[in-house]
Amino acid sequence: MARGGTKVEQQEGGAGGPDFKASMTTRYGLDRAFTVLVTVAALVGIAVLAVLLVDVIRDGSGMLSLKFLTSFPSQIFPENGGIYPALIGSLWLLGLTAVISVPLGLGAAVYLEEYAEDKRINRIIEINISNLAGVPSVIYGLLGLGIFVQLLAPVTGGGSVLTGALTLSLLILPVIIVATREALRAIPGSIREGGYALGATRWEVIWSHLLPMALPGALTGIILALSRAIGEAAPILVVGVSLYQTYATTGPFDGYMALPTQIYDWISRPQQIFQDSAAAGIVVAMAVLLLANSFAIWLRNRYQQRS
Amino acid sequence: MAIRAEGTRSGTDAWKRNSRTREAKERIIRVFLTACAYLSIFTTFGIIVVLFEETVRFFLVVSPVEFLTSTQWAPPQGDFGVLPLVYGTLVATFIAIAVALPIGLLTAIYLSEYAPQQLRRWLKPVLEILAGVPTVVYGYFALTFITPFFRDSVLPGIGSFNALAAGLIMGVMIIPTVASVSEDAIYAVPRSLREGAYALGATRRETATKVVLPAALSGIVAAVILGISRAIGETMIVTIAMGAQANFGGSPLESMQAMTAYIVQVVGGETPRESVTYKSIFAVGSALFLMTLVLNLVSYWFVRRYRETY
Repeated sequence: MARGGTKVEQQEGGAGGPDFKASMTTRYGLDRAFTVLVTVAALVGIAVLAVLLVDVIRDGSGMLSLKFLTSFPSQIFPENGGIYPALIGSLWLLGLTAVISVPLGLGAAVYLEEYAEDKRINRIIEINISNLAGVPSVIYGLLGLGIFVQLLAPVTGGGSVLTGALTLSLLILPVIIVATREALRAIPGSIREGGYALGATRWEVIWSHLLPMALPGALTGIILALSRAIGEAAPILVVGVSLYQTYATTGPFDGYMALPTQIYDWISRPQQIFQDSAAAGIVVAMAVLLLANSFAIWLRNRYQQRS
Repeated sequence: MAIRAEGTRSGTDAWKRNSRTREAKERIIRVFLTACAYLSIFTTFGIIVVLFEETVRFFLVVSPVEFLTSTQWAPPQGDFGVLPLVYGTLVATFIAIAVALPIGLLTAIYLSEYAPQQLRRWLKPVLEILAGVPTVVYGYFALTFITPFFRDSVLPGIGSFNALAAGLIMGVMIIPTVASVSEDAIYAVPRSLREGAYALGATRRETATKVVLPAALSGIVAAVILGISRAIGETMIVTIAMGAQANFGGSPLESMQAMTAYIVQVVGGETPRESVTYKSIFAVGSALFLMTLVLNLVSYWFVRRYRETY
């Protein structure tokens, strides 16, 4: 506060102290102007989002149809092309990433919140997780390229959808861990003590009470993290997503296409028809995303009202 | 207890045996949970090893001095000076912060000081959606809407690919990051400070800008650093809308290549695994990783060091 205070004094001393000598009308005028300014600023983001949505819907409406969802992309007849394999690939990515990242994320959060004592190594883990959250996604791609594509190729099948999911899992683990820890921390200690008093072991208390109670809060973070994962293009481009393939993914060791990379591929082609296809693909991706986000927000608001 | 234990098939004390299995189960679970937590250490370790290994191989061919000081970046000709890529990244980041800092900060002030409670509860998640929009979507928007908009209105000479549109949209993408982290800091300023200011006759604006903001400064600085780090690491917007031409010292209206965009360009092409160009993406990745790591650590340290305590 000392520093804040000096600042005010300096401003008063300099240039005739504009604020306190100014008339009340000016001060109230400035106050109203500032109110308008902050309100407008808060609306800028939403306005851009609205313009963006209108723009892609306008560009993409020509291509958008049920056939677009069920067709393979086509270079020869692009107007008949669709996003079917990309959609299936993204669903595979979503499912596998959820199966891999959720247990690991919950496990790490439970360890840090319920087991870890304040040891040096645990503090290092904490700082490390907050750092991992800030590592650019394309770096996770390079990690996946080195580990899952090259080193573990016999296990993962190289550039398979499993490799993509493993890479995305590492990317979103920090987010899941942070969200779950917050949810666990909000549970009062009396619940744990009640469980122990009845003779339950640590894990029994966690499994029967803490995890079910933390789930709504954690789920919000998990949904947001997963929706971020399927929107990512950079890391899976690095670990070898297909930009074109003639079959839809049927197993974890298959090659795969994905919505964001399909959109990227269309954007990078100059012909107008591909730009329109990209816009249509974006509409589909945004619809999925907004649905997931709304569900997460609804879940959180419901949960907050209850507690 | 004892009577029931005698009745069990194995004939040993049932409670004790049960207790032993419970203990074993507890131990196994504990090991699994610990492994989950340590996975994060292995992830960091993995990133460092993978980047380091290939970067060393790259530096066996290209001297580190050339990499860090040369202003020529043309991999087909064997010119590997990283500065043009760093320049592209920094120009876009600077524009992004010029957008996200004022708007994000004012948004945070609105959310914390002006918005009614009910509105606040809905506005924050809507802003989170902005952060969750896939970046290819932003890239498309910058390329097919913002750039043509500038060309048709105020900047007829703007290139199809340019840093301005990419930077502006990147700024929109990081508004939520800046707004949400600084809002947390502003919201944490105790009520008594605001009431003190009002009691001295300060208006709402004067209270917000001269009492609350300085008190929340450390959190706001952390928010901005976090925003810079996001912008530096952003990939698809700059790949799609800023172009693939390394351009040192160019104007924001021209095409330039960011570090992240270079990585995507190389992995998208048919570059042989043993070539220098292929190894160069790991060197660029190392530089990128170090830049964001330093920023993240500074942000973390700044919050700890300069937090005002009440």
